[in-house]
Amino acid sequence: MSRILVCIKRVVDYNVRVRIKPDGSGVVTDGVKMSINPFDEIALEEALRIRERGAVQEVVVTSIGPADCQQQLRTALAMGADRAILVQTDGAVEPLTAARTFLALARREQPELVILGKQAIDDDNNQTGQMLAALWERPQATFASRLELKDGKATVTREVDAGLETIEIELPAVITTDLRLNEPRYVKLPEIMKAKKKPLDTLSLQDLDVTPSQHLKVVRCDPPPQRQKGVMVKDAQELFSALKKKGLL
Amino acid sequence: MTRVLIVAEHDGARLNPSTAKCVTCARALPQAEVVVAVLAADGAAVSAQAAALTGVNSVLRVDHPANAHTLAAMWAPQIVALAKGFSHVFGPSTTFGKDLMPRVAALLGVPQVSDVMAVEGAHRFRRPVYAGNAILTVETPADMTIVATVRVASYEASPGGGSAPVETASPAAELPQHTRFVSVSAGSSDRPDLQAANRVVSGGRALGSAENFKLLFSLADKLGAAVGASRAAVDAGYAPNDLQVGQTGKIIAPELYIAIGISGAIQHLTGIKDARTIVAINKDAEAPIFEVADLGLVGDLFAIIPELERLLSQQ
Repeated sequence: MSRILVCIKRVVDYNVRVRIKPDGSGVVTDGVKMSINPFDEIALEEALRIRERGAVQEVVVTSIGPADCQQQLRTALAMGADRAILVQTDGAVEPLTAARTFLALARREQPELVILGKQAIDDDNNQTGQMLAALWERPQATFASRLELKDGKATVTREVDAGLETIEIELPAVITTDLRLNEPRYVKLPEIMKAKKKPLDTLSLQDLDVTPSQHLKVVRCDPPPQRQKGVMVKDAQELFSALKKKGLL
Repeated sequence: MTRVLIVAEHDGARLNPSTAKCVTCARALPQAEVVVAVLAADGAAVSAQAAALTGVNSVLRVDHPANAHTLAAMWAPQIVALAKGFSHVFGPSTTFGKDLMPRVAALLGVPQVSDVMAVEGAHRFRRPVYAGNAILTVETPADMTIVATVRVASYEASPGGGSAPVETASPAAELPQHTRFVSVSAGSSDRPDLQAANRVVSGGRALGSAENFKLLFSLADKLGAAVGASRAAVDAGYAPNDLQVGQTGKIIAPELYIAIGISGAIQHLTGIKDARTIVAINKDAEAPIFEVADLGLVGDLFAIIPELERLLSQQ
């Protein structure tokens, strides 16, 4: 059966204003709304659309993290994924560990495509997809804004600094999503009920023979320097004069 | 011994300024030897430009037909072969470096530090997370090569005037056949490059249409400025994706940033935090952009833009 593996991360919701813990050890996540990383939601939506077009039969969604990740996996099942795999761990997961874990899952599941977000909005690393592609020795198409599948190949348009780049890659491959690839669907209540009956397996890192790396030691977490609020001007003339005075014109 | 290999970003003819910024970052490492790798189909011109950067000890020129385009799957195995004996491998945190460097790190089996904004030691770096709302200080193992991307907005470009030797290299690497470049459609123009410009005029959803968005180009031309856009303006189709400024777009640090009709979502603000002077023009006095603006003007942008242009023409 042909399938797509979608990797999702549980992150602090996009709309939450993050606060630094008083001891500087990280940001406050207790009691904070958590969601699927928005880029991963786009990845899932793309996988679902590909399945709905009949190009693959199955969408498998996976996440690495604590038991609470089940909530995000259930949401993914309600969106339309066929089954879910939680790789449960309470420890910190570095991108290299995530990539090794997804590699183990890719070897088990033999997907045509692995799709995931280009970055998670918590640690903003932008690494996991590329690392997975390297370890899997397969092509990568990062920052995808358009994806077409045909004859065992994918033609992918990528959002790059210069504009839009198109590349052609052989499957299986890793795709990371940019914002404009699609707009994810809303979950309907009956789907949430149905999702409760869909399979959600739990594995450990040991089950997949992955030893988590601890290479990146966080020494401190600080708030960023704040910009001071400036002055208000009343019209274009005053703005122009103020810029001239600052030597900016 | 600190030896830094910097992967040069270029378009085949010109070295991207991001490379000169990586050099400045690498120079912040204690007693660093800095080597720039130029992968290209014909790297003569770009290697010469890299060799002229102050702070560069030598340039490795790798000519190969497969290097005509910056495909990470092609470049990564070559960089891995070159990286032997280096303690650090740096690339810019542009889409080029973001695509390539994690592939290099994984092949080396080492971690990557993304978006380095400050160097505190050979193995200690500061980097932004949560769209710049928190800054992490991280330490990496001393016995391991470190791959990093450099947040280019945090560094000044290293100046020219140097004359480092250029050596040719032919790293032994097997290049995959599974990835092919098809095309690139640059939305670019003769305006200054957004990431290198001293002045940037940026527009948001309040512009209302692609047609209206052109008002910004006219103002930008008067200022000699690059044009940027908020995510909302890009999503609405008013501006192409390569103009997007913010967490998931470009992070910029111009002398002057003029935000017009941009409300100032945190994801946008993270892209402009390092601008020297921020000007905000918005009809909503409560817009969050005013919290970070050095100069704020509440009013109708469709009246203010022509007025500003008129004043600029008169000076």
